[in-house]
Amino acid sequence: MTISPRETLDTALQELLDDILFMSSMVEEAINMSVQALKRRDIEASKQIFADDQKINEKHFQIENQGILLIATQQPMARDLRMLAATLEIATELERIGDYAKGIAKINIMMGNEPLVKPLIDIPRMAEVSLGMLHRAMGAFVAGDVDIARKIPKEDDLIDALYNQVYRELLTYMIADTSTIDRANYLLWVAHNLERMADRVTNICERTIYMVTGEMMEMDQTYDEWK
Amino acid sequence: MKIDIKLSALQAGLASSKKSNGWHSIEARNLNVFYGDFLAVKDVNLNVERQKITAIIGPSGCGKSTVIRAFNRMNDLVPIARTEGEVLFHGQNIYAEEVDPVEVRKRIGMVFQKPNPFPKSIYENIAWGARINGFKGHRADLDDLVESTLKSAALWDEVKDKLNQSGLSLSGGQQQRLCIARTIAIKPDIILMDEPCSALDPISTLKIEELMRDLSVDYTIIIVTHNMQQAARVSDFTAFFTLDELRAGFLMEYGPTNRIFMNPKEKVTEDYITGRFG
Repeated sequence: MTISPRETLDTALQELLDDILFMSSMVEEAINMSVQALKRRDIEASKQIFADDQKINEKHFQIENQGILLIATQQPMARDLRMLAATLEIATELERIGDYAKGIAKINIMMGNEPLVKPLIDIPRMAEVSLGMLHRAMGAFVAGDVDIARKIPKEDDLIDALYNQVYRELLTYMIADTSTIDRANYLLWVAHNLERMADRVTNICERTIYMVTGEMMEMDQTYDEWK
Repeated sequence: MKIDIKLSALQAGLASSKKSNGWHSIEARNLNVFYGDFLAVKDVNLNVERQKITAIIGPSGCGKSTVIRAFNRMNDLVPIARTEGEVLFHGQNIYAEEVDPVEVRKRIGMVFQKPNPFPKSIYENIAWGARINGFKGHRADLDDLVESTLKSAALWDEVKDKLNQSGLSLSGGQQQRLCIARTIAIKPDIILMDEPCSALDPISTLKIEELMRDLSVDYTIIIVTHNMQQAARVSDFTAFFTLDELRAGFLMEYGPTNRIFMNPKEKVTEDYITGRFG
């Protein structure tokens, strides 16, 4: 019995992993910068983040093309195929997280010269926690670490708690002074984007579990809590 | 002709239990096949589902062909071949003393790698087999049999105007479908296929695969193939065979094709289907 590595496929899969990690770092930077720019009210920086989303989209298409090409030419099976399917799915999740960064940048641009309705404390904290989740989720994916992939979605509870806190606080501003409704709503959208980002990190963890075990499972507990 | 009686009784039971999922067409029990002193296949235990397509895959020399040849006693024709264990066909051991191997091969037909039509007309390729297997009808009945069989084999439209031409005048893919037609003309229960598409181009291969799908409504099909994409495309169940250190073939893993190709349990299976061993 001889082991004959499929070098072409192995090399291509490794390159694809490198690409998805690179895309993830682009997205992490975009989210971080978008919240920082909002905090500083730096509209020029937000314009740049808004424009740079195109690069994330291009990376997404490149990964998708490469994945489809590998399916067509290498006929991957079993774990190889699951890894490819997971990669394509994760690339889509990352692209959407990139859109959330773009959305936050757009909000900063739309707010123009108006001051923030309140100093940003919980929103940067949400960004920090979500980014930590994303970073570790991608590490777990590349390492095929199911244990970590199962743990990360539980941290979504903290994001949800922070989001609720931001929501309640902004509501008090809006009730107290209706002229703040627009500006408070802008911030609510920022928080909402970050909350959705954490949900997409959960999806990434689901894909890691699928890649390793072949098992498709829903890890988002939000709806169960409502029952 | 004892088996005929038994099989007829079994067929009656079979007809009434069409929906039964628990019925296996073929069950191999501790099957060993030797060529002289060489143990070619060891301890195969396999239950083949009725009216499904089962693919047998595995590296060269793992005994895939030996196993399906054991399923209709084709190995009897190899003087040094010897079989141990049982192969149950609807519960009847086909290796039992009273069983006539010719009867077995009528019930369990075989299609080979290289199309091998008789050097006779297309019509006679179907009619001859039916006649020597006891078809007693009139010429018109035989015409009907030829037509319906060729239709079942998805060949009728291509050959209906040249039934008197030699079977050998057809293309490779058509010849293979003629061989399948010849096999189903005698109404077997099971069709064994030993790499039926390996000598065919992709279009002909696709036609055979579509034909297999159609035939699996009425027949149990077992196909040996080297083409894993074919096994993945066409079969319901997949059996993966491999070799031990003494080069004896054995069944490593068996299960629904979707599972075998998406998430096999055994690492050796995974290594084989992902092309990392072979």
